[in-house]
Amino acid sequence: MSACALRVFLQRAAHQTFSQTRALPQCVSGSYTHSRAINTLTHSLRAEEKVTVHFLNRDGKRISVKALTGESLLDIVVNNDLDIDGFGACEGTLACSTCHLIFEEAVFKKLGPISDEEMDMLDLAYGLTDTSRLGCQVCLRKDLDGMILRVPDVISDARVDSEKESSTAPPKV
Amino acid sequence: EWSLCVCVCVCGPGVRGLSSSSGPRVCIVGGGPAGFYTAQQLLKNTAVDIYERLPVPFGLVRFGVAPDHPEVKNVINTFTQTGQHERCSFHGNVNVGKDVTIDELRQAYHAVVLSYGAEGNRSMGIPGEGLPGVFSAKDFVGWYNGLPSNKELHPDLSFETAVILGQGNVALDVARILLAPVEMLKETDITQNALEALAGSKVRRVLIVGRRGPLQIACTIKELREMVNLPNTRADMLPADFEGIAEALKDLPRPRKRLTELMMKAVKEGGDDKAEKCWGFRFFRSPVEVLAGADGKRATGIRLALNKLEGSGESARAEVTGQLEDVDCGLIISSIGYKSIPIDPAVPFDPRRAIVPNEMGRVQDTAGLYCSGWVKRGPTGVIATTMNDSFDTARVLIQDMEAGKLDLSVNKPGAQAITALLQTRGVRAVLFSQWEKINAAEEKRGKSLGKAREKLLDVDEMLKIAWS
Repeated sequence: MSACALRVFLQRAAHQTFSQTRALPQCVSGSYTHSRAINTLTHSLRAEEKVTVHFLNRDGKRISVKALTGESLLDIVVNNDLDIDGFGACEGTLACSTCHLIFEEAVFKKLGPISDEEMDMLDLAYGLTDTSRLGCQVCLRKDLDGMILRVPDVISDARVDSEKESSTAPPKV
Repeated sequence: EWSLCVCVCVCGPGVRGLSSSSGPRVCIVGGGPAGFYTAQQLLKNTAVDIYERLPVPFGLVRFGVAPDHPEVKNVINTFTQTGQHERCSFHGNVNVGKDVTIDELRQAYHAVVLSYGAEGNRSMGIPGEGLPGVFSAKDFVGWYNGLPSNKELHPDLSFETAVILGQGNVALDVARILLAPVEMLKETDITQNALEALAGSKVRRVLIVGRRGPLQIACTIKELREMVNLPNTRADMLPADFEGIAEALKDLPRPRKRLTELMMKAVKEGGDDKAEKCWGFRFFRSPVEVLAGADGKRATGIRLALNKLEGSGESARAEVTGQLEDVDCGLIISSIGYKSIPIDPAVPFDPRRAIVPNEMGRVQDTAGLYCSGWVKRGPTGVIATTMNDSFDTARVLIQDMEAGKLDLSVNKPGAQAITALLQTRGVRAVLFSQWEKINAAEEKRGKSLGKAREKLLDVDEMLKIAWS
């Protein structure tokens, strides 16, 4: 099992056992701004497979990166310092929906199942589609080489009257 | 072209960049998520100073997010990077509106951003609301999260039933903290006095009351799931509240559908009969009076008016039926919304919506004044909502700078002038590096108690450590 898949698996196990607290052990929660320890772990366990991934950013620009199988899509954005505003606010702990990405339908179907915990947060994402996933829960594989990921727009003052919320998400605090 | 000149001044902490041509200067009022996210974006183009009333930063991330949701507080890591940025200067312990006016800030900076959030709460507006035993969720949450102004709250937890008015995520947080086993809380950053009060709590039943029906509930599924999964508790709902809901499921968008299905599952399954504690939603009910006991000294119950629903979906309205229902309870918590208050007579304020009137973050009729976060849009939304909103305001401000709408040809003194002014008023700021001393002290105190941190509850204690 790749280190990324292991991390996602452990996150889910932690959710099921400690579903009230959702506190994850440090080795899997990976605080990106403070330590690269989790990435060192990832590097030593991964298969040496480079894959190309294309991000279609909000401004219409395409960002192509080479990444390693086993990395999560959030890892890729962070490690390559991609210019995507506000991506991954909760640092991969399923406490937000800011790593929301939209997949091509054929690629989406190849991805693993969505856990209840991911679905719960995905449900709050602005512009939710049938081929949406949270980037922190999707690990790169060889057969995803060349996939195009669309970075969805976020709620913007210009588009939404503050009295109304997105029709797909209930108002929340 | 502006040259950014960073001069290291030996005059003491808090005075930076004495050079007169030092680039655009912006200040932000409020050191919570809106303030920090706005600063983060602005720092790409300008120097930013953040003024915060408390000695400690982070606002509702520190004082609002529940102690058992530590991963939501991961945003503090990115805020810390912002606070440590060489072009960012945090000034805690400064009360804007009292220690310094908005006009004085506008004189010292090219632009000012109001990000001071919503420190008040909506009141129920019913008789008996002021009786002992009745609290706003804002105060109750502030109490268990160590907000200095709530440290003397001393809620009486010796009654069996608690009633919460409102069904948003804050209401569910309060219910969960009231019913969670102490084991779940004892390693978190909940305050020690709240932990001890909860350990001795006699509260066994929590009702979460809403004006409208199950399809209008404002909480989200993650929080509902946490209630359903709470150990040693069972769900106690009224099947009558759910009439017609099963039939409506198929037409709902996925998020609302999953939320409703989980609720229906809780209604059907109920949970462990041996459970000592229970919680439930009560729908179609509005509070009309807090009832006092025979001596009239404290709340002993609440009178609810029964409603019927007109219309459907998000815009359904609750209408009175005339029927009433009394519920015995000793703890009443109103969780019906936070509310912003005006900060300074010089700033326009819309009392109906309780926000600063603005157009995309530009404060109405006031050049050079902007707003972001709850004070701009109203007090709803998660941290990410505030993040996106703050990015929007920052973008608008930068646009205005680039379009020449702000006169950058005038040199502005920034913090240098404000610090000097504050000094004449006997006010001294807490810098970010000084907050970090408070932070280290709290983590150290927490360690000895087996907790993530033990928050300081007293502002004077915070200042003593900050300036030591």
